[in-house]
Amino acid sequence: MVKRVVVGAHYGLRDWLAQRITAVVMAAYSVIIVAVLMGGRRIGFGVWRDFFAQGWMRVATLLFAVSVAWHMWVGVRDILMDYVKPTGVRLSAEVLVLLVIAGYLGWTVQILWR
Amino acid sequence: MAQATARKPRPKYLSLPAILFEIRLPLAGWVSILHRVSGTLLFLATVWLLFMLDRSLASESDFAFVQHYLSLLPVKLALLVLVWAYCHHFCAGIRFLFLDLHKGIDRASSRLTGIAVLAASLALTAFFGARLW
Repeated sequence: MVKRVVVGAHYGLRDWLAQRITAVVMAAYSVIIVAVLMGGRRIGFGVWRDFFAQGWMRVATLLFAVSVAWHMWVGVRDILMDYVKPTGVRLSAEVLVLLVIAGYLGWTVQILWR
Repeated sequence: MAQATARKPRPKYLSLPAILFEIRLPLAGWVSILHRVSGTLLFLATVWLLFMLDRSLASESDFAFVQHYLSLLPVKLALLVLVWAYCHHFCAGIRFLFLDLHKGIDRASSRLTGIAVLAASLALTAFFGARLW
């Protein structure tokens, strides 16, 4: 019987799998972006803005950002679970991390669609 | 017979000197702890990276500001650390994915891929660092 703790993780496959799927999404995005940006063009403001204004790029970046957010949550929570033992402190830290990640995500959306 | 097996004193507390000098992590352990360190760095630095992305897309003059900002030495060095963190997290992550698939799980190949991860992430950092400078 698994002893369930309020500041524990999901006791199953979901987070483990999510960490790996988001990793693959981020890796694919990284390789594509590096390939596109290393294309040799000199990148000025116009090229840079137009690049991020493309529909596919906005959606791809949003998927990347969601993957980053989810991956960060699982990863940082795992670290907190290893090093922060008192329930109250860990819960506070987890809430703080969640708020920061939500802020990151909101900011990204605002940058992409302004 | 009872004396033949010397009892180690328990519990053994991990003092800072013990962590620093006594306990020697195997190579795969280094890859693992650096995965944590790089991940934590990236989590903390995302606010800074988003700030630069935000400014660079805001307007022509903001873009010029980011370009100038990125030419400052401390900024470049900080970015280089993050480039390393990204590359290491990327390479070590791919290694972990293969370990999940039970590829390279034996001791010899795990050590080999561990060395490859450390070397590849440093090489990639050098490559992107050269582009940055």
